Amino acid sequence: MNQPARPSPEALLRQAAQEGRGTLKIFLGAAPGVGKTFEMLTDGASRRREGVDVVIGVVETHGRAETEALTRGHEIMPRRAIDYEGRTLHEMDLDAILARAPRLVLVDELAHTNAPGSRHPKRHQDVEELLAAGIDVYSTLNIQHIESLNDVVASFTRVRVRETVPDSILEMAEIEVVDLPPDELIERLKAGKVYLPQEATRALSHFFSKSNLSALRELALRRAAQAVDAQMLDHVRAIGVGGTWAGGERIVVAINELPGAETLVRAAKRIADALHGPWTAVFIETPRSQGFGDAEHRRLAAAINLATRLGGEIATVPAANVVDGLKTFIAEARATQLIVGKSQRSRWFELRHGSVVDQLVRETPDVAVHVLPLEAAPAEPESRRKPGGGQWGSPAGYLWTAAMVAGITLAGRALLHILDLGNVALLYLLPVMAAASLFGLRTGLFAGLTSSLAYNFVFLPPVGTLSINNPENVISVIVLLGTAVVTSQLTARVRAQADLAASSARANAALAGFLRKLTTLGTADDVARTIVEEVSRLFGCATILLTHTEGQGMTVQAASDSGYRMETMDLAAAQWAFDSRAAAGRGTETLAASDWRFQPLIVGERTLAVLAVANERGGDPVRPDQLPLLVNLVDQAALVLERFRFEAEMRDVDAIRTRDRLRGALLSSVSHDLRTPLTSVMAAADALEHGATPELIGTIKAEAARLNRFIANLLDMARVEAGALRLNIEPVDLGDAVTSAAHDVRSVLHGHELRLDVPPDLPFVRADPQLLHHCLLNLLDNAGRYGDPGTPIVIEGAHQFGVLRLAVLDQGPGLPPGREQEVFETFRRVEGSDRAAGGTGLGLAIVKAFADAMGVGIEAANRADGRGARFGLVFPSNLIVRADAPGDA
Amino acid sequence: MSATILIVDDEQPIRRLLRNTLERAGYRVAEAMNGAEAMTQLRAEAPSGVLLDLGLPDRDGLELVPLIRRQGETAILVISARDATDQKVAALDLGADDYVTKPFDTEELLARLRVALRHRSLSAATPKIVRKGDLEIDLDQRVVRRGAEEIHLTRKEHDVLAILARSVGRVVTHDRILAAAWSREEDPRIEYLRIVVRNLRQKLETPGPVGSVIANELGVGYRLLAEA
Repeated sequence: MNQPARPSPEALLRQAAQEGRGTLKIFLGAAPGVGKTFEMLTDGASRRREGVDVVIGVVETHGRAETEALTRGHEIMPRRAIDYEGRTLHEMDLDAILARAPRLVLVDELAHTNAPGSRHPKRHQDVEELLAAGIDVYSTLNIQHIESLNDVVASFTRVRVRETVPDSILEMAEIEVVDLPPDELIERLKAGKVYLPQEATRALSHFFSKSNLSALRELALRRAAQAVDAQMLDHVRAIGVGGTWAGGERIVVAINELPGAETLVRAAKRIADALHGPWTAVFIETPRSQGFGDAEHRRLAAAINLATRLGGEIATVPAANVVDGLKTFIAEARATQLIVGKSQRSRWFELRHGSVVDQLVRETPDVAVHVLPLEAAPAEPESRRKPGGGQWGSPAGYLWTAAMVAGITLAGRALLHILDLGNVALLYLLPVMAAASLFGLRTGLFAGLTSSLAYNFVFLPPVGTLSINNPENVISVIVLLGTAVVTSQLTARVRAQADLAASSARANAALAGFLRKLTTLGTADDVARTIVEEVSRLFGCATILLTHTEGQGMTVQAASDSGYRMETMDLAAAQWAFDSRAAAGRGTETLAASDWRFQPLIVGERTLAVLAVANERGGDPVRPDQLPLLVNLVDQAALVLERFRFEAEMRDVDAIRTRDRLRGALLSSVSHDLRTPLTSVMAAADALEHGATPELIGTIKAEAARLNRFIANLLDMARVEAGALRLNIEPVDLGDAVTSAAHDVRSVLHGHELRLDVPPDLPFVRADPQLLHHCLLNLLDNAGRYGDPGTPIVIEGAHQFGVLRLAVLDQGPGLPPGREQEVFETFRRVEGSDRAAGGTGLGLAIVKAFADAMGVGIEAANRADGRGARFGLVFPSNLIVRADAPGDA
Repeated sequence: MSATILIVDDEQPIRRLLRNTLERAGYRVAEAMNGAEAMTQLRAEAPSGVLLDLGLPDRDGLELVPLIRRQGETAILVISARDATDQKVAALDLGADDYVTKPFDTEELLARLRVALRHRSLSAATPKIVRKGDLEIDLDQRVVRRGAEEIHLTRKEHDVLAILARSVGRVVTHDRILAAAWSREEDPRIEYLRIVVRNLRQKLETPGPVGSVIANELGVGYRLLAEA
C-alpha cells in the first residue's frame, strides 16, 4: 500500500500538452451584469503592477464608467475593421496580438461569434491560437454559453443562446466564478447598470427572474467545482499520489441526529477524497431514535442529503445500541476508516453508559478511528417525543391507574382477614407494574405514590391517617415507588425495541414485496408501471418514472396518477438528476424549488431513468427517515430495469443473426426463381413473334402469375422479417376466407379442380383476414404445384373436439415420411419434388410465420388414404367465436 | 358516340396496354402521366370515366379522387397495389366507384368499368329488379324469388341485400353496409354483418360454389355479382 503509485499516462500526456502553452483563466458568471469584465480588468491591472506585460485584446465596456476607468493604463490593441454587407464591424485583431506577443492578453466574451471573413468563426478559436502561441489569456464567459449546459439553461429560462463554447475549453482553464447574489443583480438591473442589447430587452427581462438567476448561479458554481475536481484529479494522478485506492480504503462515517452531523459528513468526504476510497454515511437506528422529534429528523435528513450529494453511499442499520450497530456494519462493509463525532455528553452520562468512542476503539482493532469534534451548534429547542402522549402520559392513564388503585384497596380490605399487611402491600405491585408498563414512567410513579398513600391510609396503623408507625412499612412504600421506576424503564425499552424491530421489519417486507412484484413481470413497461404504483402506495405520494429520450429530453414512462403536473423547471431538475446521477428537487439542495424530488436509477455506469415523487398536499414527498428505504427501492428497481434492457438487447442480437442467415438463403434462391419464369415468358414472346401458335400465350400467363405469387411471398416474408407484422384480429367466416383465396389462386391452379368441403355452419374464428388469406393462398398454391396434374384439390373444414381444422389436400407424391415438419422451414423444398414449378419454399414458411403470429397451429402430414399430402390450419378453442353471437336481431 | 376514358398512370407500358384494351372495347381514350396533367385533361376531355393509378409522381392519387368527384358524374376506377386495403377503403370513401388490384385481369377491369359507368349514368335511378340466373331480387317489393318460389329473408338480411343490390356489381365497404343497415344503438360490429352475409349465402347461393352471388372483397367489403 505504501508503494509509490505510478502516474497515469493520460494525465501525464495532458500535462505535457500544457507545457509551452499559455494558460487560460475564465471569469465565469451566472448571467450578464454580475461584473465579469470588471473582475477581469481588476485582475489584469494587479498583474500589470507585478510587472507582467498585459494588453487588452478586446473589452466591451458597454459605456460603463467604472469599467471604462479600469481600461485606462492598459495598452489596448486596436481592433480590425471588417466590412460586411455594407457595415463595418470591429473584431479583435488576432494577428496584431500574435505579433505584439504580450505575456497576458485580456479577451472579453469568450463565446463571441466573429464577423464573417475573420480567420476563425468563433472567438474561442482565436483564444486557442493565442494559447498555442504561449500567450496567457484572461477571458469572460456566462454559464449559459457552455455547450453542455445550453439545453438545461434554455429549458428553464426559455431563452436559448446560439453562441456556445465547447466544454473542453473549461477543462484546461483556471476558473474564477464571479458571483453576485440574485437580489443584488436584480437591483443593478433596475438601476440600469446592466447592459442589454436593445432588441433582446423583453426576452431578457423574463430571464432575470429570481428563480432563474438562482438556478443559473447554482449551475455556475457547480460547473466551476466540477472543473476544479477534474483538474485536481489529473494533478493527483500525474504526480502519482493516491495508490491507496488499489489498497481498498473504505471510509465509514457514523452520523447522528445531533447538530454538527453535516460537519462529519464533509470531513468524511475530504478524507475519502484524500484516500481515494469509497465512503458511506451510516446511521445506527437504536431504540432511542424512536423518540426523535422534528428537529432531530430534520438534522438527520440534512446529513443524509449532504452525504448523497457529496457522492457517498448511505445506509441505515437497526441495532440495540450504536457500538453494536457500527461493529456489524464495519464488518459487512469491510471498512478501514471510521469517522465518529466526539461526544458532547456530560461526564456523568459517559460514566453511566461508557464512552461510545472508547468502546469503538477497543472493539474494532482493524479500523482507524477518527474522532472529530462536533461543532457547537446553537441550542435548538429539543422536542423529544415519548410514546403515549409525551412525558407526562395521557389523562386516561391516570384515571385508569386511580381506578386500579381503588380496586386493589377494596380487594385488600375484603381479603384482610386472610392476608397479613405485608402481603396486601404486594397486591399494590399490580397497579404499579400495570401503570408503568402501559402508560410510562410518570404514570407508574403516580401509581406508586397513590398506592403507598392508599396503603398507608387504609391499612397501616394508625389506620385512617397518613403517618407511619413501623419503619418496615416505610420500606414497603419505597419498594412500591422503586418498582414503578424500574418497571416503566424496562417496558419502555422493550417497547421501543419492539417498535424498532417492527418498523425495520415493515421496511424489509416492503422491499421484499416490491422485489417479488417486479421479478414476476413480463415487460419493461409493466416494471415501470409497477415501480410507480408501489412507490406511490408505500410512501403515499404521487410518483412518475421519467427517462431520457433522444431528441425529446426527459419523457414520462409511467405515472401513478394521470393528473400530474410537470413544469419546465421540474423537467430541468429531472434532466439534472439524470445527467449528474444525484438526487435533485425538493428535499435536496439542487433546484429545491420544485415540488418533486428526483431520484436517479443508476446501474454501474448507466443512468436508466429518474423516479420523481411529490407530496400531493405539498411539503416533503418522503419522510426523512424513510429516505433510505426509497433509495433502496430505487436501487432494486434500477437492477430489474437493467435486466430487462439487457434481455431486450440479447433478443435483438438473436433476431439480427437469424435475419442475416435468412437473407443469405433468400438471395441465392431469388435469382433462380425470378429468372426461370422470366426466361419462359421471354422465350414464349420471342416464339410468338416468329409465328408460333397462340398456345404459348397460356404459358406466358401462367408464368406471369407465378412471378406475381412469388413477389407477393417475398413481400410477405420481408414483412415477417422486418418484424412489421401488425395483427388486425377480427371474427372471420372461413367460408369467406376460402372463397376469396380460391378466387385469387384460380390462375395458378391450372388443371386442378378445387373442391370445397367447408360446412356452412362452422363457427367464426378470430384471425387477421389478410394473414389468413395469404396462408390459404400459399397452401392452395403449394397443393397446385405438388399435386399430380389433373387431380382435384380439396379444402375441408371440421369443428371437432373443441378445435377447428381447415385443411388443404392434394393428390400426389406426398411428403417424405418422418420429415413432414421440415417443410415449414424457410427455403426448404421437399427434395426431388420441385419438378413441377420450382418455388423457393418461401410459401410454407410464410404460412407458418403468419399462423404463429395469429396463434393458429399448423400441421403437415400425408393423407390418411395415402394418396397425397394434407396441410392443415388448426384453430384452438380460444380462437373460436361462440356460435350464438348476435347478428340477426 | 363512345364514352371517353382518361387513363392516369405514370408508367408508359401500362398506359399503352390500357389504351389498347379500352380501344378494343370501343372507348375513346385520353392519357395523363401525373396529377397535374390529369386535372388538365379532365377539364379538356370531360371523360365519362377515369382509370386512376394511386402511385403518381407529383401527388398522392388519393388526393385526386375528391377533385375528380367534384367535376361531376365521372366514374372513378382506382388501380391499387395488392395489399393496400386501407387505400382501397379510403379511395371508396372519398368517392371512387370501384377498384382493381394490380396485376389485374383485363376482362375484370372492363367489367368493373362497365358497371361503374352504368351506375354513374343512371345514378339518379336505382335498379328495381336485380337478377342472377333464376334468382330475382325485387327491391321495391322486398321480395326474393328463385324461379317461382319465394325465399324468405329476415328484415336484416333484406336490408343488407338491398344495399348490395343498389350497387350491384360494385363493391360496398363494410362500414357503409353497417352504417346503413344497423342503427347506432345496435352497436354495429363486423361479425354481425358476417353472420348476415353467411345466412344470405346459404339461402341464395345453393346450388353453386360459395361466393357465386355475394363475393368477399378481402378487408374492404362485399360485392353482389348479378345483373341489374
